[in-house]
Amino acid sequence: MSVTLEADKKLISEDVVAYLAAHEKKSMLRFITCGSVDDGKSTLIGRLLYDSKLLYDDQVSALERDTKKHGTQGDKIDFALLVDGLAAERELGITIDVAYRYGSTEKRKFIVADTPGHEQYTRNMATGASTADLAVILVDARRGVLTQTRRHSYIVSLLGIRNVVIAINKMDLVDYSEDRFNEIEAEYRAFAKDLGFESIVCIPMSALEGDNITTKSANTRWHNGPALLPYLETVKVRGTLTEKPFRMPVQWVNRPNLDFRGFSGTVATGTIKPGDEIVVLPAAKRSKVKTIITMDGELAEASPDMAVTITLEDEIDISRGDIICAGNAPAEQSDQFAAHLLWMAEDELFPGRQYLLKTANRIVPVTVTELKHKVNVNTLEHMSGKTLELNEVGFCNLNLAHPIAFDPYTENRRTGSFILIDRRTNSTIGAGLIDFSLRRAKNVHWQDLDVNKEVRASVKHQRPCVLWFTGLSGSGKSTVANLVEKRLHDMGRHTYTLDGDNVRHGLNKDLGFTDADRVENIRRVGETSKLMVDAGLIVLVSFISPFQSERRMARELLNDGEFVEVFISTPLEVCEQRDVKGLYARARRGEIKNFTGIDSDYEAPTAAELNLNTADIPAEDAATSIVEYLQENGYLNV
Amino acid sequence: MGFIPQSGGQMAEIETLIARAEALAFSSGLSLSTVSRKLFNDGKAINRLREGGQCTLKTMQTAQSRLAELEQGTSAATTNVESDPNAILSPSAMTHLDRLEAEAIHIMREVAAETEHPVMLYSVGKDSAVMLHLALKAFYPSKPPFPLMHVDTTWKFREMIKFRDDTVKKLGLDLIVHTNQEGVAQGVGPFTHGSQMHTDVMKTQALKQALDKHKFDAAFGGARRDEEKSRAKERIFSFRSANHRWDPKNQRPELWNIYNTRIAKGESIRVFPISNWTELDIWQYIYREKIDIVPLYFAAKRPVVERDGTLIMVDDDRMPLNGEKPKEEMVRFRTLGCYPLTGAVRSKATTLPEIIQEMLVARNSEREGRVIDHDQAASMEKKKQEGYF
Repeated sequence: MSVTLEADKKLISEDVVAYLAAHEKKSMLRFITCGSVDDGKSTLIGRLLYDSKLLYDDQVSALERDTKKHGTQGDKIDFALLVDGLAAERELGITIDVAYRYGSTEKRKFIVADTPGHEQYTRNMATGASTADLAVILVDARRGVLTQTRRHSYIVSLLGIRNVVIAINKMDLVDYSEDRFNEIEAEYRAFAKDLGFESIVCIPMSALEGDNITTKSANTRWHNGPALLPYLETVKVRGTLTEKPFRMPVQWVNRPNLDFRGFSGTVATGTIKPGDEIVVLPAAKRSKVKTIITMDGELAEASPDMAVTITLEDEIDISRGDIICAGNAPAEQSDQFAAHLLWMAEDELFPGRQYLLKTANRIVPVTVTELKHKVNVNTLEHMSGKTLELNEVGFCNLNLAHPIAFDPYTENRRTGSFILIDRRTNSTIGAGLIDFSLRRAKNVHWQDLDVNKEVRASVKHQRPCVLWFTGLSGSGKSTVANLVEKRLHDMGRHTYTLDGDNVRHGLNKDLGFTDADRVENIRRVGETSKLMVDAGLIVLVSFISPFQSERRMARELLNDGEFVEVFISTPLEVCEQRDVKGLYARARRGEIKNFTGIDSDYEAPTAAELNLNTADIPAEDAATSIVEYLQENGYLNV
Repeated sequence: MGFIPQSGGQMAEIETLIARAEALAFSSGLSLSTVSRKLFNDGKAINRLREGGQCTLKTMQTAQSRLAELEQGTSAATTNVESDPNAILSPSAMTHLDRLEAEAIHIMREVAAETEHPVMLYSVGKDSAVMLHLALKAFYPSKPPFPLMHVDTTWKFREMIKFRDDTVKKLGLDLIVHTNQEGVAQGVGPFTHGSQMHTDVMKTQALKQALDKHKFDAAFGGARRDEEKSRAKERIFSFRSANHRWDPKNQRPELWNIYNTRIAKGESIRVFPISNWTELDIWQYIYREKIDIVPLYFAAKRPVVERDGTLIMVDDDRMPLNGEKPKEEMVRFRTLGCYPLTGAVRSKATTLPEIIQEMLVARNSEREGRVIDHDQAASMEKKKQEGYF
């Protein structure tokens, strides 16, 4: 819907090129309208479009036709019908979603988000607010400040809007009473004093009658302030985006050929020029900007909201999800946050459940570890609670699977915001605003953050180690190892088991059972488990491994405390009696050579960390002892 | 630009203008196409005039006055762009169009990065032209990392098909053309089956077939929220179930510029990067960026017949004429689709500024020219729930 004021029409017909030139330079204002049910938002917007006199003829005739069919205003034109789009809500008579409208005056272009008033659509209001520069909050002059007015004001403030217009509507129904207007204004200002608004402008109006919409009304001569549209045309709202430190989340790595490597993204805040020093998070690699590329040519400077492609002086590894920051003012990094959360799903929040967190360009698994308090949106008081329900706001601690770069939301709306996604349904279930990191700043951004064993392990919340199960064939090594692995897995730990089955058939299939091959077998298993420990895993190795020296060799490959020897000391007689695979019988008959315990020695460990005899205790108890050992010695509680 | 053969009268004036323009190009060191652009906002206009084209009196007067100013070393075209008291309200030098462009590029990059198999639906119209231009910008110097797809109903204007093939060839892009062959086999067409059936079979069903066949998980479309009331509430990322249905009551909230692109297997996303653009923004952007569009948008003499108050162009001999005689009229199209379903408007607008001028003065909104919208109230919303783009 294109709206143009009469004043523009003269220019259009006389010199359209001049009109186009002027129109192209207009600034833009995005605002939302919100309020409670029946405050008249849709009517207000319809009136704004109608009064600016450039609704298309077919739209006006459709409006008149619709008024006859669905209208709620008797013979008068029902302006709400112009904006209430969906058929379902036309029948219900309420606005159920966010509708975007586009208008333009000779001074500005507007994008208007018409947002729902109904309580169950508060999330839609938050959606409209997240991209708005200003909010117009409607209040019914007869009913004054309501619960919804307070909630909407709070959410508007929470989402970072600093300029609000309180449109005190339906003044015609209170006889344009100045006293009533002043009463509502005083009540609202008292409520909103802690919401951090930079400006609150109250305007008495009647959307239905057109008072104080485009021009000041004769019915409210006592009103000193502006009419709505002239105010929206002149208010200065867009903050100091350029003055904040440079941030550009990398969206897409641009590699048309081997000679070009650029990083595409939209500048969030700050400015950048070729030659400026930058630091890329989270790797904390430093370089300088070489060029800023667009299809229209290279730029001397990039500023907020520009979609550009940056090349750097040095070849450093950058991928989607990284943030290019000003070299002297990088963002913080953390994997634990305190944040405000607006819950947007029918299903309540489950602290402890894993969700996905998406920032400007990155998705990371996350759990809400603690709900510190809920916010009563009517009084702004803190309340205790275990969970958040639809449309509730809470202050929470979050634990992320990987650290991310961020700024607090109050400092930077673009790098401090996130959404939460349900892993099963993929729906967007929450909107979040980062307050601060729960970890002490480690100044990680000043040096390269190498991905090493510690880092890999800390992501998994465990201390990596090898549980080396040794013992005779049939002693119960694999049974116990499997039980231990299952329990660790249930606890969310990251494990892997190496045993004869998966090693002898692949990596070591060239080895037989001579002493030399047994030694080589164990050496390879030892080296493999070392790599896995380096990867941060808890590795369960289940091999007869009969010789002291090879077990020592494996132990020495690893750091102190990373090798836990588990001796399954079930005696030979018991093992031979169990003979689950029939191997002892075949060895006794001489069909298998070099069988440990029969015709090859088993050297029992002398200083194993654990010694468990499955002839005396059930395998489950043996597994319990091992998990307890790991807990007591700090392998699991990192 | 729809220049037509000269019909006399202006000849001498045009010749004088061309001579002066050539002299200016020579003395100033500017190329003739640059001079042409400064005079007509079209780099090829002078060439067309040299080859016998003509222009409206008003365009000629504008060109003459600009030429006079250029000859004196000043340019009105640049001076009236400079002074705008509102520019200071913007935190940077970005204009409204700059911001819309950047938003669309951001969305396109997000889809390219997060979905496995995206495609851009290309309808050959002006909105598609803008979308394609934005895609070229978004990934420059790379080519857009997705193919274009045109659902060809076999009833498109011939000029559209030529323009499509020329454009793809010039840019070296991948194009998939899909036609519902079952529909073709059954002989479905607008004259025999009516607009509703034709649109459903050859457009809606064909699109579903094409998306299923190529297993695209994301498809860019050029829909805008200002086009129609139900579109005003559609998200930029609009999710479709495995059978392509849209559920208007179960849309994902879209906050900031963070888009949730996750879908289950079989589901897909329709993405509308120019959701926030208006018709004027589109035209203004085409003008600013000098984007090529199908000549049908410019007024020219075309054979038309009038049916139920709508001017239909006789584009080929499949059109049944019940004794009607096509008349040559000066017309253009505000929107392009299947020629039997697309009404022309009488117009003399042969340049972009003239089109924009007509549009701003016109009192009918854009989709009025489309026959399908009149079928029933809330028709677009119903079509969309059924899978129409």
